[in-house]
Amino acid sequence: MIELYSISKAYDRSAALAVRDLSLRVADGEFLVLIGESGSGKTTTLNMLNRLIEPSAGRIAVDGEDVLALDAVSLRRRMGYVFQGGGLFPHMTVKENIAVTPKLLGWPRETAAARADELLDLVRLAPQDYRDRLPRELSGGQQQRVALARALAAKPKIMLMDEPFGALDPLIRDDLAEDYRQIHNTLGLTTIFVTHDMTEAMLLGDRIAVMKDGALVQIGTPNELLARPADDFVRALIETPRRRARRLAQILAVAP
Amino acid sequence: MNGFDEAWSYLPSYLGAHVLLSMSALLLGIAISLPLAVLASRVRSLGGALLGFAGVVQTIPSLALLALFYPLLLALSHFTSETFGFGFRALGFLPALLALTLYSMLPVLRNTVTALAGMDPAVKMAARGVGMTPWQSLILVELPLAAPVIMAGVRTAAVWVIGTATLATPVGQTSLGNYIFTGLQIENWVFVTFGVVAAAALALVVDRLLALAESGMVLRARGRVFAAAAGLVLVVGASLYPMFGSTGHRVVIGTKNFDEQYILGKVIADRLSTAGVSSTQRDDLGSNVIFRALAAGDVDVYVDYSGTIWTNAMRRSDSPGRKAVLSNIAQWTAKTYGIRDLGPLGFENAYALAMRRDRAAALHIHDLADLANHASELRIGGDFEIFSRPEWRALVRAYGLRFPVQRQYEPNLMYSALVSGDVDVITAFSSDGRIARYGLTLLADPKGALPPYDAILLVSPAHARDEGFLAALKPLIGAIDLKTMQQANLMVDRTDDKQTPQEAAHWLEGRIAR
Repeated sequence: MIELYSISKAYDRSAALAVRDLSLRVADGEFLVLIGESGSGKTTTLNMLNRLIEPSAGRIAVDGEDVLALDAVSLRRRMGYVFQGGGLFPHMTVKENIAVTPKLLGWPRETAAARADELLDLVRLAPQDYRDRLPRELSGGQQQRVALARALAAKPKIMLMDEPFGALDPLIRDDLAEDYRQIHNTLGLTTIFVTHDMTEAMLLGDRIAVMKDGALVQIGTPNELLARPADDFVRALIETPRRRARRLAQILAVAP
Repeated sequence: MNGFDEAWSYLPSYLGAHVLLSMSALLLGIAISLPLAVLASRVRSLGGALLGFAGVVQTIPSLALLALFYPLLLALSHFTSETFGFGFRALGFLPALLALTLYSMLPVLRNTVTALAGMDPAVKMAARGVGMTPWQSLILVELPLAAPVIMAGVRTAAVWVIGTATLATPVGQTSLGNYIFTGLQIENWVFVTFGVVAAAALALVVDRLLALAESGMVLRARGRVFAAAAGLVLVVGASLYPMFGSTGHRVVIGTKNFDEQYILGKVIADRLSTAGVSSTQRDDLGSNVIFRALAAGDVDVYVDYSGTIWTNAMRRSDSPGRKAVLSNIAQWTAKTYGIRDLGPLGFENAYALAMRRDRAAALHIHDLADLANHASELRIGGDFEIFSRPEWRALVRAYGLRFPVQRQYEPNLMYSALVSGDVDVITAFSSDGRIARYGLTLLADPKGALPPYDAILLVSPAHARDEGFLAALKPLIGAIDLKTMQQANLMVDRTDDKQTPQEAAHWLEGRIAR
């Protein structure tokens, strides 16, 4: 279980707070989507969970343990992180990229290599074809699958994902999102997933947390948000996928 | 033996010394620059200061940078020997190494700082995100990604250092520059060309090998990097191999930068070799540098001229006569530095003003007093030293010489400048073979403003009581008269039937033995 108590972040003293007095709780095995416009503080919130960014105030606990009292480096090795655009190391092969955290943790070479193959299978890339390629020899979707495999390599319980599929073609994106939701379920992961796309949020998330100007506006299941939007902003946000669904239904009904 | 064969025979020792010097400087430069650049990429204010400093170093003319390290190290060596009881050799390898190291730093610093600063922030973020410490991020991600750019800086540094190392010759470090400096003095263009081509070829080979390593890093082709490394080891190993044969202490013979000095250096080397003492030669040293180097033991033996010691080292301006000057010098050098003055070789090589015979006759100039009357409409050429030496000040004071145009030349080119009419008067050397060859008029010194310049053989304190060593050199005392020396000098100077200093030395040895 992940708990945030009154977390705030100020990048410098004069500016407005990037995240303001934010509290939330993520249950084990839950898939939580953080959604908001750019600059709403969703990525900052995500990055504070593994202390890529240090909170200015507040407390974070994982399974009751105070995260701010832990060693930041070993904390990050315990969590998986998928970056926007992948963030693969361009000078390392697919296998080396995937095995990087296991190696940092001191796994034996053979164990790390076997784990890399196992994960390539999991993200549906044939190990014998892909393990020795460099990132630049892969398509965007393939790179993102490798990034996913790398995040999963050290068997984390918690996955942090920052708009991981944002830059991909719609078809590949849906495909990958569905695959990931499957992996989340199979491995019993806890996932915090940042996006600005409400359709993606509703399709993937058990619960959705809506952020605006650094503050949490509303948190709930997709149905709760639909039924009782907290304000006009949430209502407008939720309206978009519904309007698109209605338009789509009309077009498909008219078509021969 | 013709010029090419002789040049070829020096290649193993010159190339070995050149490679040892430039590769040591390059490695030391990288070893200092890399950590500094990494530090600078973490502490931003340091980066600007470092690049600024390296940039300033780069603007110092390389020869001046090399020359500056000698007095600096000499003072340091004095200090350590006074304080801690040990000194070190301030001439030769050390000053050259330090100057070239400084010189190699800018490209490596600049490229490393730029590559690390320009690193994609997403990659650095990813390194932190997968759980790397800052150190692991540097070693596993940032430096490998920066490697091709750093390598390009190393290549630039290597080419600079190999080229600049040719300038190490005047601070007493043997290098491929010995061909160039000596060749220029004795107008042996085979030597000059040989040195230039050898240095360029070395730079080219090293550059190509480093380029191979660089492309290997870009393409992540380990084979290329290994091949380049193997090639470099081969080049360095092959160059240094001849040096391992010559172990043990060797006597250092110093020479100044003109023909007579090269010839006498070879004569001394041959005599020592006959007595079973092996020696090396440090060529093209300045008058003040060579005397201090002898006192400090960086040079063991060389030929100087009494007037030079009298006015420059002893700072005397009186002229008590030839005999008195010689005996005073012998006492003074022994008492002040423990230097052994073995005595005069038998000829004088004086500073003397010279003019073309036709020009002197047309203006009715016979001596310096006549010259003073015409000085305001004449141009004078000198070597690099004369105008800042006390002898020149004495001449100016005694005769009131004032020339509107004053130019400095390599001693050789100075004679050509006089003959071609670029200047009207030069500060010649009386034992120079070219005085007879060009039929120059030497102007008399009626007021005796210039001291006598007897060639004398000076031995370092370390060998001052080494009887075997002294016995090998004593036969040279009083054995060479002016005519013989002029003839030997002319053999090297002349354009027809030009001889190398080694050949002239052989001829001279034949005359001494008689």
